[in-house]
Amino acid sequence: MAIVDKLGESLNGSGGGIILTSVDAVVDWSRGHSLWAMPMGTACCAMELIAASFNKFDFDRHGTFPRPDPRHCDVMVVAGTVTRKMAPAIMRLYAQMPDPKWVIAMGNCAVSGGIFYYDSYSVIRGVDEFLPVDVHIAGCPPRPESLQDAVLQLRERITTESIAPGKRHVRELLLPTNGDVSLHENGDRE
Amino acid sequence: MNIQELRDHLCGQHPDLCPLFSIEFGDGVLQVDCETLYEAAENLQSLGFDRLGMLTAVDFGDHFEMVYRLTSRSMSVGMFLKCAVPRETPRTRSLVPLWPAALWQEREVYDMFGIEFDGHPDLRRILLPPDWVGFPLRKDYRDDRLIRRPDYI
Repeated sequence: MAIVDKLGESLNGSGGGIILTSVDAVVDWSRGHSLWAMPMGTACCAMELIAASFNKFDFDRHGTFPRPDPRHCDVMVVAGTVTRKMAPAIMRLYAQMPDPKWVIAMGNCAVSGGIFYYDSYSVIRGVDEFLPVDVHIAGCPPRPESLQDAVLQLRERITTESIAPGKRHVRELLLPTNGDVSLHENGDRE
Repeated sequence: MNIQELRDHLCGQHPDLCPLFSIEFGDGVLQVDCETLYEAAENLQSLGFDRLGMLTAVDFGDHFEMVYRLTSRSMSVGMFLKCAVPRETPRTRSLVPLWPAALWQEREVYDMFGIEFDGHPDLRRILLPPDWVGFPLRKDYRDDRLIRRPDYI
């Protein structure tokens, strides 16, 4: 990642634009076609997420397959209901993923709280309260085809990115504004 | 053993518990005072109820009610044991010494209803974070983050 950053900085001078475009194409192609997924399955949507990675739907053909370690992963798929007790753990796992990283919110609960929007004391209304979500997938639960579509949309988004300084998608971790979610004390967010 | 035979058996062994026993919706219910809950549970255990299937609480507004589901493998019968807990002093005796299965479930009842159990070895929250304020399954629970469901939904 650091080499790519330095390359972007050094090519950003005069005359570097043509080379930069070609390098962008290679970097975006390689990033977009091997999105290793962090399967953050917190509830029943995880069943569809698991089904997506096995032979009937076979996400491996897109270069997307689940890894058990956040440090291997490019995209976090939050599949399921996020409770206030679970949110600090998700923030911590997200912080452990290396840049560049993306987030897919899968299912109504991860999008907005879903059926737990009203009258729930423990459920966070959407994972985008504390994570920068790239793609939302509606459904209760969504079919694996929807997840496939989300991966393809995310890939389209990645192809517009550039490694040049100032043209990257800068992803700040959204801090909670209402004090709902607090990171655990020893969370190693940089 | 069916529920009628259970009543006859219970009345034969413990005549003092007999008037507290009733049959509701085909299930035996023994409604006792919470002061005598532990003794009643002890008697039922020696009668053959060797398994505490589950325990929970109900908020009736003016008081709580503890509900214990007991089953017997030797007699092939199940029944409920209930006691009313006052809302002002929500406190009753723990059944952990009789059935260790009560350990986590009494913690959950404490977590959700705030009922304290005397004699419980490790009474602290189990599902909610330890710094949580309030007891969410009480009917009068209020929370700034909670959004009430509108009437039209």
